[in-house]
Amino acid sequence: MNDFLQLCFAGMALGARYALVALGFVVIHRATGVINFAQGSIVALGAYFAFNAHQTWGLPFLLAAIIAVAGCAVVGIIVERLLLRKMSGQPVFSVIMITIGLLFVIDQIITMIWGQDAQNLGDPWGIDTVEAGEIVLAVVDLWAIGLAFLVVGAFFLFFRYSSTGLAMRAVAIDEEAAMARGISVRRVVATAWAIAGSVAAVAGITLASGPAALRPSVGLIALAAFPAMILGGLDSPLGAVLGGFIIGITQTLTAGYQPAHASWLGQDFQSVTPYAVMILILLIRPHGLFGTKEVERL
Amino acid sequence: MVDSRDHVLSIQNLEVVYSDVILALRGVSLEVPSGTIVALLGANGAGKTTVLRSISGLLPTHRGEITKGAIRLDGDDVTNRTAASIVGHGLAQVMEGRRIFPDLSVQENLRAGAIVRRPGREELQASYEAMLELFPVLKDRWESAAGYLSGGEQQMVAIAQALMAKPKLLLMDEPSLGLAPLVIEQIRDAIVDINRQGTGVLLIEQNAQMALSIADHAYILENGKVAKAGPADQLRADKDIQEFYLGMGEGGRTRLNEVKSYRRQKQWSS
Ligand SMILES: Nc1ncnc2c1ncn2[C@@H]1O[C@H](COP(=O)(O)OP(=O)(O)OP(=O)(O)O)[C@@H](O)[C@H]1O
Ligand SMILES: [Mg+2]
Repeated sequence: MNDFLQLCFAGMALGARYALVALGFVVIHRATGVINFAQGSIVALGAYFAFNAHQTWGLPFLLAAIIAVAGCAVVGIIVERLLLRKMSGQPVFSVIMITIGLLFVIDQIITMIWGQDAQNLGDPWGIDTVEAGEIVLAVVDLWAIGLAFLVVGAFFLFFRYSSTGLAMRAVAIDEEAAMARGISVRRVVATAWAIAGSVAAVAGITLASGPAALRPSVGLIALAAFPAMILGGLDSPLGAVLGGFIIGITQTLTAGYQPAHASWLGQDFQSVTPYAVMILILLIRPHGLFGTKEVERL
Repeated sequence: MVDSRDHVLSIQNLEVVYSDVILALRGVSLEVPSGTIVALLGANGAGKTTVLRSISGLLPTHRGEITKGAIRLDGDDVTNRTAASIVGHGLAQVMEGRRIFPDLSVQENLRAGAIVRRPGREELQASYEAMLELFPVLKDRWESAAGYLSGGEQQMVAIAQALMAKPKLLLMDEPSLGLAPLVIEQIRDAIVDINRQGTGVLLIEQNAQMALSIADHAYILENGKVAKAGPADQLRADKDIQEFYLGMGEGGRTRLNEVKSYRRQKQWSS
C-alpha cells in the first residue's frame, strides 16, 4: 500500500511537470489554433537561461529563475514576431511545420552555446524531504506540484477576469468578430506566446533543478506532455493539469509494477504509457476530458 | 435639419477589389449625416457587406483592398486603417449573421464589446445597465452562453455588444435576417431608440420595408454602384422601389424569392 502511495506521489510530481509543459501548448492553441511543437525546446531554453544566470553569473537561484521566465517570454514574442506573424492567414498545417523546424533550430542553438554535457542547474531545495505517514515527499516535488496548481489558478483568473484573457477567448472563437470589436489580434497572439514562454521556463526549471541533471534533451519531456494536453482537450488549462497527473501517475505505476508483474511487455514500457492512455481516452471521449464542443452557431 | 457638412461618415468614390481581380465596388459615394439613420439597400451580391468591411477595416481578412476613394469618420480620414484603430475612433458594427461569441456568456459578450475603451468597473456597470434597459429580456440570460439564446436574443446581444464601445456611428448588416416579424419590430424599435440617443446608424438591409420605415435617407446599391439615393420617404414612394423592394409590384410579387429572381433580371444600372 505504501509503495502504491509513494508511486502515486511520484506520479503527481512527474505529472505536475507534464502539466506545466502542457499549459504552454494550451495557451497558444487556445489563442491561435496552432500546436507549437517547439514548446519542448523553449522548456529546455528556460532551464539553460536559469543555469546561465545562476551558475555562470552567480545570481541567486530565485533571481535566475525570474530572469529565465522573462527571457523565455521575450523568446516567445520574438518567435511570433519574426516567424509566425508572417504566416497569419496561411494554412495551420504550414504554421505547425514551422514550429517543428524551430524545435530543431533551438535545440541546435542550445548545444552550440552550452554543449552536450550534463550541467548542474542548482539545487535550492537540497535533498529535503517531508514525511507524511510512511511516504516520503521530496520538497522539490512538492514545489513542482504547487507550481502547477498555482499556474493553472493564475490561468483561470486571467481568462476569466482580465481584459486580455477575455480578448484571447474572443479571438479563439471568432477572429474576425473579435477584430470588429476593436480587439487587436496581434497583441493577443503575442501575449499568448509570451505566456507560453514563461510557463515553459517554469517547467524547465522544475525539471532540471534538484537531483536531476540539465541536458539539452530535457525538452523531450514535451513528447509525454503532448498527450497530456490532448487528453485534457487542447483548450482547457484544467484539462492539461488533470491530463498531466493522469499520465504521470500511470507512468510511475507502470514503471513500479510492470517489470515484476508483466515483464512480457518488455523493458521501458512506461515510456509508451502516455500514448496508450491518450489513445484509450480519445476512443471514449474524442474531444478529450474537457474539450469544448462548440455550441452550434444559429 | 443637420448641417450638410456635418457628416459622421462620408465615403467618396470607393472602389474595392477582392483577390486582385474581383471588382466589388465601382465608385460608391455615401454619407451619413450626424444623428441620422441611413439605409443601404440592395440585392444579394450588390456589395453592401463590402461597403461595411471597407469602413471598418476588415477587408484584409477577406483579401480585399481599397483601390480608390476615401472614407472619413467624423471628419478624419480612416481609409485603410486597422480595424482596432477604427473602432477606437468611434465606429462599431453588428456583423452579418450576428457573429456573437457563442461560448461566452451574455455578460462576457458585452464586456468584450467594451474592451476597446478600457472602462473602469463602475463605468462598465453603468453600460451594462443601459443595455439591459434597451433589451430587458437579456437580464434573465445574463450568465448563459450566448450560443444558446434564440435568434432574436442573439441579435440583441450583437447590438448591445457593439454599443458597449459607445460608438458615434453604428453599422448594422441585415439585423432583421432570419427573424420573426414580431422580433424584427423589437429590433427596429431598438434602432430608433439608439439613434434618438445620438448615434448615427448605417443600416444595411434586404428588408426594405423595415429599413425605409425608420431611415432618414437611403441608398440603393446595384452591382457595386449606387443606383438610387434620396430621402427615405421619397424612395418609399418611388415606383421601381415599390415594385422591386417592397413587394407591391404588379402580379403581387410578395414572396421574397419571386421578387429576388425578378430583381436579378431587371437592373437599374449596368
Ligand atoms: N471574400 C471575397 N472574395 C471574393 N469576392 C467576394 C468576397 N466577398 C464578396 N465578394 C463578391 O463581392 C460582391 C459583393 O459581395 P457582398 O458580400 O458585399 O454583397 P452583399 O450586398 O452584402 O450581399 P448579401 O445580401 O448576399 O449579403 C459579390 O459579387 C461577391 O461575390
Ligand atoms: Mg452581405
